[in-house]
Amino acid sequence: MSAAPAVAALVLELALAPLLLGLVVRTKAFFAGRKGAPVTQPYRDISKLLRKGAVFSRTTTWLFGAGPVVSLAALLAGALLVPSGKVPALLSFSGDFLLLAYLLAAARFFTVAAALDTGSSFEGMGGSREAQFSALGEPALLVCMAVLARATGSLSLSSIYPSLGPAWVQVGAELVLVAAALAVVLLAENSRIPVDDPTTHLELTMIHEVMVLDHSGPDLAMIEYGRALKLWILGALVAGVALPPTPWGLWADLLLFVVAQGILAVAVGAVESSMARLRLVRVPELLVGAGVLACLSFILMVG
Amino acid sequence: MGISIDPFLVALILVNFMLLGSSRLLAYIRFVAVQGVLLGLLTLTAPEGLTVPAVAMAAGSAVLKGVVFPLLLRKALGGAGVRREVQPFVGFTPSVLVGMGALAVSVWLGTRLALPFPLVSPLLVPVAFFTMLTGLFLIVSRKTALAQVLGYLVLENGVYAFGVPLASKAPLLVELGVLLDVFVAVFIMGIMVYNISREFDHIDAAQLSELRD
Amino acid sequence: MILILAAIALQVLGGTLALAFSKRPTLAGKVCAGALLAGSASGLPAALGALAGGGSELVSLPWSVPYGSLSVGLDALSALFLLPVFLVTPLAALYGVGYLKGAEGRRPVGASWFFYGILCASMAGVVVARNGVLFLVCWEIMSLASYFLVTFEDDDEGVRDAGWTYLGATHLGTAFLLVFFGLVARSCGTLDFDRLGALAQAGPGFASTLFVLALVGFGTKAGLAPFHVWLPEAHPAAPSHVSAVMSGVMLKVGLYGLFRTLVILGPGSSWWGWLLVALGLASALLGALYAMAQSDMKRLLAYSSVENVGIVALAAGLGCLGGAAGHPGLAALGFAAALLHVLNHSLFKSLLFMGAGSVAHGAGTRVLDRLGGLLKRMRWTGSAFLLGSAAAVALPPLNGFAGEFLLYLGAFSASTTERAALAVPSLLAIVGLALAGGFAAAAFLKAFGGAFLGEPRTGAASGAHESPALMLWPLGILAVACAAVGLGAPWIAGWISTAVGQLAGLDPGAVEMSMERAVVVLSRMTLGGALFAVGVLLLALLRRALLRSRPVGHGPTWDCGYVAPTARMQYTPSSFVQPLVDLFAPFTGVRREGQAVKGLFPVPGALRTETPDRLWQGIYRPFFRTTSGVVQRLRFLQQGRVQIYILYIAVALLALLLWRLR
Repeated sequence: MSAAPAVAALVLELALAPLLLGLVVRTKAFFAGRKGAPVTQPYRDISKLLRKGAVFSRTTTWLFGAGPVVSLAALLAGALLVPSGKVPALLSFSGDFLLLAYLLAAARFFTVAAALDTGSSFEGMGGSREAQFSALGEPALLVCMAVLARATGSLSLSSIYPSLGPAWVQVGAELVLVAAALAVVLLAENSRIPVDDPTTHLELTMIHEVMVLDHSGPDLAMIEYGRALKLWILGALVAGVALPPTPWGLWADLLLFVVAQGILAVAVGAVESSMARLRLVRVPELLVGAGVLACLSFILMVG
Repeated sequence: MGISIDPFLVALILVNFMLLGSSRLLAYIRFVAVQGVLLGLLTLTAPEGLTVPAVAMAAGSAVLKGVVFPLLLRKALGGAGVRREVQPFVGFTPSVLVGMGALAVSVWLGTRLALPFPLVSPLLVPVAFFTMLTGLFLIVSRKTALAQVLGYLVLENGVYAFGVPLASKAPLLVELGVLLDVFVAVFIMGIMVYNISREFDHIDAAQLSELRD
Repeated sequence: MILILAAIALQVLGGTLALAFSKRPTLAGKVCAGALLAGSASGLPAALGALAGGGSELVSLPWSVPYGSLSVGLDALSALFLLPVFLVTPLAALYGVGYLKGAEGRRPVGASWFFYGILCASMAGVVVARNGVLFLVCWEIMSLASYFLVTFEDDDEGVRDAGWTYLGATHLGTAFLLVFFGLVARSCGTLDFDRLGALAQAGPGFASTLFVLALVGFGTKAGLAPFHVWLPEAHPAAPSHVSAVMSGVMLKVGLYGLFRTLVILGPGSSWWGWLLVALGLASALLGALYAMAQSDMKRLLAYSSVENVGIVALAAGLGCLGGAAGHPGLAALGFAAALLHVLNHSLFKSLLFMGAGSVAHGAGTRVLDRLGGLLKRMRWTGSAFLLGSAAAVALPPLNGFAGEFLLYLGAFSASTTERAALAVPSLLAIVGLALAGGFAAAAFLKAFGGAFLGEPRTGAASGAHESPALMLWPLGILAVACAAVGLGAPWIAGWISTAVGQLAGLDPGAVEMSMERAVVVLSRMTLGGALFAVGVLLLALLRRALLRSRPVGHGPTWDCGYVAPTARMQYTPSSFVQPLVDLFAPFTGVRREGQAVKGLFPVPGALRTETPDRLWQGIYRPFFRTTSGVVQRLRFLQQGRVQIYILYIAVALLALLLWRLR
């Protein structure tokens, strides 16, 4: 098998990720009855930021600059591991989802550390919340992976996702639960409503946005691009579960996958428009619920 | 072969978890109603297919549990004018985790329990067990009397789900008996709850213990 | 083997010379460190050779002690556990030379170096001993030497208390080991490890009894919950280079005992695996949770050691389950993960303890809520501590991740099997490990962020200074080792496969094959990790190039429009973890005193939180209180007259004689 579709998938991933953010914003604008920014707005933001200078707090050290760099590098490495629907990823091995999960953890660790480096009360608070929610979200993600691995009998993302088709016949109900749990993890990891509101303007209520308040210029560009990549990566994990195989080969599969990612972004936007944010003390319940859903489907499969 | 039964069973499990995790009495009533309808549908998926008694029973129980009981209970709730929260002894997240444990136990029991005839689905027995355990847990861990009534209903739903594989074996009479029993129970409890609340301005079961002699 | 013995001899020599030079403490430290370095130079290549080569040697001397001969040996398992001894102890000694500078003249530094050398030698001795009596003698020397090292600052009452707790706990553990070896001796007639084959025929009940005894005895030394309570007391009380050795090396010796027992007893029943999994999960989760709640940096690290020992036990438990169920993949991956994590933890935890020691040295306090902003003042220490923290929370491509990756991989592969008896514990392991990983991340963000980032919270922190070079080099070397082991994980996994085969006890060919497959997977995983590291470098260069030609300004931190943010407005480390600590309050048992600020003109308020160890409060303290109450009543026996004591001895001897002749 040639690697061409995999390379094409990676290129599409790197190129189209910011489009997802644009789609989410556009969807929200549609529901609010506004016209909204063009879907290409994230590209414009990133390129503008890349051309700017930067302002640093006098409190910060070298670590502050390392935060965005390490986060983006982790997400780029993660992008290598994620299959695009039925199209396998460039790098795959047994347990590659573990590397992916811990790369996400690395990104988070350095984002929080950079936030703490500013010495701001608000950024510390955001970091604290991020640490809390991710501690509950990570088990959910890994249990979901365990269910998918059990459903397909393989341990690598690139062989799990293409072989989910037959699994739908045998354990369809369980896969629905897993998709739901993964969707919750997607919303939490990407700081979306109902966990976090990316458009809130009050520092006190933010989680992710408050951690990156002090970044500017190229650093902020890296953060924005990383955010888009993260949405794409987790979106791929969710969309891949639901995607049926096409009879026309890998290229058609790839096309279908990209369309599915777009639909997922619209769905995220729709959720954001139709739901209120949960109270912060309620968020752990949501994440525990996702973990329980995943465990539930595992128990059902063992039983 | 009828329709696949598994999605209904999984839906039943999910409803149980939602019961364990929600805090509003109205939501409870709604979930129990959904459970009742699901159970009715479950009867329809029995291997015999759509025979007349099966459809009649399914329709009967679905209407009773999905419409009549909820209306009754809602009326009791509206009339009682009480706090619309269930006031748990055990918090919601721990309740859900307890539910996980109960489910694991049920699955284990299901693999151990040998029934004399083949089942439509290996999930059926665990789900029935789990529903009963959920009902029991709700009765034990919630303060409001109305929530306890609902727990009782859930418990009965579990018994009913157990009866589904027996539907062709056991006479319809047993089913009807159970249903009637529950109907009377709910009716009486509904009246009681209504009257208690009128008398005492609250339906907190923890304080009912003061009535003992 | 000769090289190893020479290394042990050099370690003893170093300690003895240090005692001889105790009038000149600096020289004593340097001599001891030099001898330890020489010992490692001799022992490390030998240990590596034995690890990779896989042969086993045995040297026996006739010895007129009951139950066996004076025999020492070297096989792959011993060699693996010798690595931490030879890697970490000389580095910690070098660090200690700088660290103890301030104590010279006030405290017996020379004697402390003597015990240090003896401790190193006894740890190596335990690992190479091939006879129960020799093993116990070395074990006891190790316990006593470390006790004297812990109580170095014996004018502090807290340190004395910690020392007593440690001494009591370690001897309770040894008591179980005595019973263990007693039973073995009675059943086999010998305590030579290579002649204990009779145990295999002794029946499962007897073997299980032995296993439980060993688990309690060695688990106490290793700090496995619920026997861990001494650990968070003793490790922070010791001087930092000693904490580093105790956490990084001595706990591993306890684990070595457990692993050696598994080799001797052979594959057991599956409930051993379940027990290990349960205790491992309890240790990992409680350890991480308590680590997060601590405000003393070294206490936090000590609890994190409990967590990591739990991870090792969890991995070993999965290995046992795999062995009992005849699943070579799980057995191989479980034990490989356990062994790899032993090595990894010894590297990053000693690094972290020394880093914490440097903070205490430079800023004068270890309380996180009084630190802050040290990365500017202690650039190198801070960077090394960051790397150690990242390794401790298992971030790729560092070494901590390699071990946990193998553990996860084993659990995931077992969770896809048909057998529920394997799938269920595997799922528990996955959930527990992920949860503990999240807690650990919060704990280390608290430790690193609290101490090194932001603004200094007190004058002591703002006046902190970087450590001298002698204290920096060991940190740097360990940091490089953490990265190197992370990137070299496939090779190291290949080297440990002999030791894994010893432990797994299944068909060697199948285990070998699983290990080969694991090595292939690890090499691809490492490739991914390496790409990540390269990506970091490239992006850093890109960022630099972009910012070079741009205007770069500096200003105060954005603080919601406040004009003059002060250090006191910072989020405190305690607040950082408060949501998680409160969420798990039933387990952490966090206590809070003080009241919220109220009204328009509030009076000064205060808030105090503490998280005492529930097991200590709930089980051990009442137990010891009762015991001491009972013992107090026996004080009349102690009259202080020699005659009475002689009478006791005579009566005891007489009673024994009568019992024997009965």
